[in-house]
Amino acid sequence: MEGYLYYPGCTLKTKASDYEKSAMAVMEALGKPLVEMDDWYCCGAVQSLTTDDLMHQIAPVRTMCCAQEQGETELVTLCDMCYNVLKQANLRMREKPQDLETLNEFLDEDPDYRGEVEVFHLFEILRKMGREISKKTVKPLDGLRISPYYGCMLLRPTEIAMDDTENPKVMEELLEVLGAQVIDNPKRTECCGSYHTVNRSDIVEKRVKAIVARAVDDGADAIALSCPLCQFNLDYHQRSAGYDIPVLYLTELMALAFGLEVGMEKHWIDPKKMLKEKKILE
Amino acid sequence: MAENKDEKMIDIYVMGRMYRVPEGLTIMTALEYAGYKYVRGCGCRGGFCGACSTVFRTKNEYKLRMDLACQTAVEDGMFLVQLPFVPAVRTVFQIDKVDPEEHDNILLEHYPEIARCVSCNTCTKACPQDIEVMDYVQAALRGDIDRTAKLSFDCIQCGLCSIRCPADIKHYHLAQEARRIKGRYIDIHSQQLAHRIGELHDGVYEEKMKEYVSMKKEDIKKVYDKREFHKEG
Amino acid sequence: MKVKPDPAFLEKVEELSGQSVNACIRCGTCSAGCPFVDEMEVLPERVFKKIVLGDREGILKGNTMWICAACFTCSVRCPRDIDIARIMEAVRQIMLRENIDMVDITKIENMEILPQLAVVGCFRKETG
Repeated sequence: MEGYLYYPGCTLKTKASDYEKSAMAVMEALGKPLVEMDDWYCCGAVQSLTTDDLMHQIAPVRTMCCAQEQGETELVTLCDMCYNVLKQANLRMREKPQDLETLNEFLDEDPDYRGEVEVFHLFEILRKMGREISKKTVKPLDGLRISPYYGCMLLRPTEIAMDDTENPKVMEELLEVLGAQVIDNPKRTECCGSYHTVNRSDIVEKRVKAIVARAVDDGADAIALSCPLCQFNLDYHQRSAGYDIPVLYLTELMALAFGLEVGMEKHWIDPKKMLKEKKILE
Repeated sequence: MAENKDEKMIDIYVMGRMYRVPEGLTIMTALEYAGYKYVRGCGCRGGFCGACSTVFRTKNEYKLRMDLACQTAVEDGMFLVQLPFVPAVRTVFQIDKVDPEEHDNILLEHYPEIARCVSCNTCTKACPQDIEVMDYVQAALRGDIDRTAKLSFDCIQCGLCSIRCPADIKHYHLAQEARRIKGRYIDIHSQQLAHRIGELHDGVYEEKMKEYVSMKKEDIKKVYDKREFHKEG
Repeated sequence: MKVKPDPAFLEKVEELSGQSVNACIRCGTCSAGCPFVDEMEVLPERVFKKIVLGDREGILKGNTMWICAACFTCSVRCPRDIDIARIMEAVRQIMLRENIDMVDITKIENMEILPQLAVVGCFRKETG
């Protein structure tokens, strides 16, 4: 396939549509378009960790089976949580063939999954395209100070990490190619509070305050990330601590640097004002 | 009841008790043959109303099967029971306050349990209408009301999906809401319908109506058979 | 307070988690790195001690496993290679399998603004 088979996950069509749109536009510009799978299912967002809980492995395995049936061996996610769940489920199916057999038997209406699909996060693809990204960067993000935030799901557990678990560099590398100035945040791999946002927003507010404070104190203009849940938590919950620093998907910044149309419609803190002040947007 | 010698008789088990019934009957007629009288769990007898959900297994079958009693023939060795009712409460909502343009997650708001879907497909396997039930639940979760409505179009609200779901989803109510929202906000609105409703408001047919009400049944039939059809558009 | 030991509890936790709770040396690395430790009534390594002692009630009464969001920070840092997130999941599952939900899914505020993956994740971790 020209480009990559793409798995959106439950949130990318609505709440995180800014991410999907910008990632699609960027990959199109890079000549490697993201092609959405014919069929896919919500992965479950958090990997089920008990040895006997095979019920919750059905969804990720079903989705990887769909990729297999489309004749692809590579599957790309944008969402960090999807990446984590698909990758952990895939690993389990490879390490425990008896689990895969049980699932294949249960999923008797579908072909057997063979465990051969490789799951990638978009950043892994982008990381290898530094030269092409550099070429496409027609409006470098000069003078823009960006604090990257990784959260958990790209880096942990170690077996599925896409970068160094304690000292990741992929976003820093990409931001430098785009011409932005990287602001280091020692809290960039700390959890934002995750799903507690549903019923314990007090916990999330504390986590977000700690993370955002470091970025703001060190003079960042914006935070860059890729997880739709981290984006919501950092964007929405920082306001309770009185902050107003924009939280952008890295692909939105990339689209800006490529001179592409960027919607940025679903942000709680509108990034456009800051981007205009910084002369990134006209 | 005397057995007809030409009829082949088979054994079915209703709630564990054996009955000998003629082959070829539907479950519904077989139950009546066996002496049961329906007070619930029976409606149109034509496969449309969804009132006669039945669950069954045959002797050597490990899978539980589900279907409508009025549409399914009895089989030898069938163990069965009917479900007169599926306990699932519908979320009440106001149709003019659910514009999907403003509420991109409205189905999740009204049916939060769809977030518990594990994609097991048990609902799809339970559906007597061959609907891709899991697919429409997945579409609902990702905010695709149009797809949810389209995929669920043939639903007759029998509730078998919901009684089988390990995630406690109330599929058929969810799907009905999706279809209603689609009808209100997504589908093209029929101008003819608006025109006709306008006429009704203006009392255009009141005289005619009075005339029909006072007519005899046979005369009304004649009028009905001679009615005119208007072309679309 | 006297603990009524429940040895079957340790066994069940180890079976569900696939981890050896006895491997813990109480070094406290998990608690030191945990971003949620301030919210926990019992520190993670104290939970392990309670599991070993079979103090089922003491653990299930506490909030540690519900505060843990499975961020895996402890799991990647444990010098004894214990996947602590899996132990927390096992304890959660033991409770959820008694058909007790930790979140009332019919009473969620702000549902209209929440991204789906937050809701899906929460229900996976807090409903049985």
